[in-house]
Amino acid sequence: MSGASVELASLTFSYGETRMEFDLKVPVSSVIAIMGPSGSGKSTLLNLIAGFETPQSGAVLIDGRDVSADRPAQRPISMVFQENNLFSHLNVEDNVGLGRSPSLRLTQKDRQDIADALAHTGLAGKEHRLPAELSGGERQRVALSRALVRDRPVLLLDEPFASLGPALRREMLSLVRQLHFDHDMTILMVTHHTDDAQLLADKIAFVDDGRIAAFEDTTTMFSPSAPDAFRAYIGS
Amino acid sequence: MPRPVLAALTLAAALVALPAAAQEKLTIYTYESFTSEWGPGPAVKKNFEDVCACEVDFVAVADGVALLNRLRLEGARTSADIVLGLDTNLTHEAKETGLFAPHGISLEKVNIPGGWSDDVFVPFDYGYFAIIQDTEAFSTPYKSLKALVNGYPEQRLVIQDPRTSTPGLGLLLWVKAVYGDDAAEAWERLSSRILTVTPGWSEAYSLFTSGEASMVLSYTTSPAYHEIAEGSTRYKAMAFEEGHYLQVEVAAATIKGAENPLTAQFLEFMTGPGFQNAIPETNWMFPAGETSKPLNPAFDHAVKPGTKLSFSADEVAANRDAWVKEWLEIMSR
Amino acid sequence: MGQLSDRRVLAGLAGLTAVGLLIGGAFAGLISQAVTEWSGAVSALDPYLFRITRFTLWQALLSTLLSVAPAILIARALARHPDFPGRSIILRLFALPLALPAIVAALGILALLGRAGIFADLLGWLNGGQWQGIYGLSGILVAHVFFNLPLATRLLLHALETVPGDQWRLAAQLGMGPATSFRLIEWPVLRAALPGVAGLIFMLCITSFTIVLTLGGGPRATTLEVAIYQALRFDFDPARAVTLTIIQIALTVMVVTLLIRLGTDMVGDPNLPVSRRRPSIASRRETIFNFALILSALLFVAAPFVAIIVSGLQADLSRLASDPALHRATLTSLLLAIISAGLSILLSLSLTVARSALELKRRGQGHPSILERLLDTGAGFVLVVPPVVVGAGWFILLLHSGNVFVMAPIMVITVNAVMAMPFAIRAIRPAWDGASKRHEKLCASLGITGFNRLRLIDWPSIRRPALTAFAFAMALSLGDLGVIALFGSDAVKTLPYLLFERMGSYRTADAAGIALFLGIVCLALMMLADRTRRNA
Repeated sequence: MSGASVELASLTFSYGETRMEFDLKVPVSSVIAIMGPSGSGKSTLLNLIAGFETPQSGAVLIDGRDVSADRPAQRPISMVFQENNLFSHLNVEDNVGLGRSPSLRLTQKDRQDIADALAHTGLAGKEHRLPAELSGGERQRVALSRALVRDRPVLLLDEPFASLGPALRREMLSLVRQLHFDHDMTILMVTHHTDDAQLLADKIAFVDDGRIAAFEDTTTMFSPSAPDAFRAYIGS
Repeated sequence: MPRPVLAALTLAAALVALPAAAQEKLTIYTYESFTSEWGPGPAVKKNFEDVCACEVDFVAVADGVALLNRLRLEGARTSADIVLGLDTNLTHEAKETGLFAPHGISLEKVNIPGGWSDDVFVPFDYGYFAIIQDTEAFSTPYKSLKALVNGYPEQRLVIQDPRTSTPGLGLLLWVKAVYGDDAAEAWERLSSRILTVTPGWSEAYSLFTSGEASMVLSYTTSPAYHEIAEGSTRYKAMAFEEGHYLQVEVAAATIKGAENPLTAQFLEFMTGPGFQNAIPETNWMFPAGETSKPLNPAFDHAVKPGTKLSFSADEVAANRDAWVKEWLEIMSR
Repeated sequence: MGQLSDRRVLAGLAGLTAVGLLIGGAFAGLISQAVTEWSGAVSALDPYLFRITRFTLWQALLSTLLSVAPAILIARALARHPDFPGRSIILRLFALPLALPAIVAALGILALLGRAGIFADLLGWLNGGQWQGIYGLSGILVAHVFFNLPLATRLLLHALETVPGDQWRLAAQLGMGPATSFRLIEWPVLRAALPGVAGLIFMLCITSFTIVLTLGGGPRATTLEVAIYQALRFDFDPARAVTLTIIQIALTVMVVTLLIRLGTDMVGDPNLPVSRRRPSIASRRETIFNFALILSALLFVAAPFVAIIVSGLQADLSRLASDPALHRATLTSLLLAIISAGLSILLSLSLTVARSALELKRRGQGHPSILERLLDTGAGFVLVVPPVVVGAGWFILLLHSGNVFVMAPIMVITVNAVMAMPFAIRAIRPAWDGASKRHEKLCASLGITGFNRLRLIDWPSIRRPALTAFAFAMALSLGDLGVIALFGSDAVKTLPYLLFERMGSYRTADAAGIALFLGIVCLALMMLADRTRRNA
């Protein structure tokens, strides 16, 4: 697996009073942190890319191809949410297996891949547990394993570690870095934590009031030359 | 909330305290269609109140059989002075309750087929049960009860419940009189074509006139209503070869009513024109006493039964429970 | 007994005693009759009784199946199309049948599907002959489904709405087809909700009185409740009534026990949350299917309403408006309903107030006392004894002691007041508990107690929920036919009783006019209740 470029071309969206317009070019296999105040449109941005929301105009291009008309499942994308990633009545193996076959008809190879993914995320031996028997961190690892077996070039993370403690979050971030190193996918991650961005991201997209207000290298964004609005947001 | 609730409570108290009136009063238990706005009740009440300087209070229950049941239940505590609307099928049982008193009036004005002599019950009208057809639903009448029982399945019949209604009980006895021991089998055959069983005559008849059923159990005199009131000959009574069952409707004083002088006065009045004039064109039955004007010619068009069927009151009393139970058993299948 | 010195607790005790007297009196009537005439009660155990019991269960089972099975599909369709045009209006419409008096609905259904109904010709043609109407089992089923299909749909949709939006997104991303997403996402929540929903509807159907009385009624389509009524009003046979009542109570107790086991909320109708934004994951073919499904459910539920309006408007309304019998019945009905609703609020308040006072006294620590627990759940017990059963018990008790029919107003008022209590308490209690918790210490320090506290502090905070409960209780009492059918006579006629009578005599058009009037009054009250609840 390798990454794909993601491009948002004059993508507009409106819902009630809210108006948004996004322009963004994400290079192949880069890791982008999407930051910004609550309600600025970070999650909507991910939902538009994933196809959960329908834009008014503009296009989403992945690997140079317009996927705007594709249904969510047809897009070369996986997504991990903050919670509710798992079906509580299915065990770990089946939850991951859904990434391969939405009706859980799995071949021998599929099962091997699932086992590999679980080993990769440190969940070996927990295949038959139910989500309720896992910790919060383990549940997100299961979600990441599913993203691995889905084998899509773009991974969207919507505040996936927000509900975890600091130590666990750092652990998860290094897992993501490891997965990125191994699989080279393009990652877009919504986060509120500057640590997340600094540890992981090549670039930071700063979303403010329904627009991409800035899109710079992480180092630039955390230097004194960063835009004022962003500096105000991170409180530096 | 205080003010409206207070007002409401006062009104409710008034409502509950309503039945405390001072005037001389005569309480008559009867069946619903008698007291309805279109029945004989209003005219009878007015005519009697004109001569008695008293107040007539009607209390209505579903139909004639329920009337007897209610009186039994209330026993000597009943507030009824007169019970009006039993029929000859029930008089034996009614007498056995010991709740009725001799009428002590002259029966010279009473006029019914076969004559009348009874020291407790006074007849006020009579008629013959008949099945009425809606000629717009089907045109060819059935010529006999047996033909009806074996008739077309899509022609539905509404009947009354023999547990509450004197016509309902009448049909039960009619079938028994025609079929004897095979009555159960006849009911079984008929039951699939019975649209519904209503507690009283008025429900059944209204279902019929609203078009829900093409036949109803009623009286040979029912078509006269449509002819006189609506000028219509759409509804016709069917004449059955086996004959028609006779119903004589009666009234009697209760033992409580016997102490009220108005009771005898009313029973006497009942056999005369003040009461009888109202019967033909509001109760749609034949008068059982003296009228001051001839019957409307429409009554001459009524089916004249060849054979007049009836059981004696004793026979009915001995078998009613068992026959009703047999009927209920078949009808609930 | 220091806690009894609190007047709030005394009020609760009085309220509880009043409820206990009503239910206890009914049981006393039944038991005294059973003891004095046990042979009659035993002889009522005949094949006819067996048939009625079987029919009661059979029609309830069929009604439940016919309501719940389509409701699964409809709820699912609504859940999968959060942006279905007019969705919230449809859901509001689906709440209306509950507010409609059963006798009005029965009339609407007859106007549609009766032998002389609007669809009679079409149905006759489809049937290849003359349409025979829908008396009996089919009529009962149609009416029960009309009431319970929308209820089941709302309850199941409520369950489906608990599925997190992320899971729908996940299903969309993983490309699950309708079958897979049903199996993995929808079925698990539905399966958890189904026993409760089905049980609730089964319970409503085995205690259904008015529908069976008006659309069934003949010996072939009689349920226990209607047979109790017939035993008392037709046969005047209290012994049989006792036997029937005991069987009816045994059945309801069994079902209610089961429902409590399942943890079902028997007071029922959920407040639907506004649907969160989530993707519609249905394919085009499924979308067409779902739209067709929702539209047919809509037609099914709306048609009786339309029929009531159409046939009601065809009645001679101006003559009806000047009909003294209607005036009297309207006045009687409104009066009884207002008093009944007032009494219901009073009783509910007394229980609520006393319970929360006791809870505050032990500061939420330790176990609640028996009294507190009785105040908590006492009113819920009335759900086990349907109005007709309470009415039957009192009917028998009063037979031995005087004129039954004079008691009609009191019975209608008290029985309906108590029957509305579970709903009233549900509306009032959260507001009261919250307010009294907030105010308890402040009031204690300022010395505001008793009536002053009720007037100045507590009443303002529960005025709206109390109004909601009042409107609801009033609508319930206005629509009652069970109690008035037993106790009604010339002396006391309510609107439903008059309607039942007019249905029963020549006056079908009058009945339609009265039904329209009664329906509008009840729906208006329910909408009022709904609005005050929303704004509360």
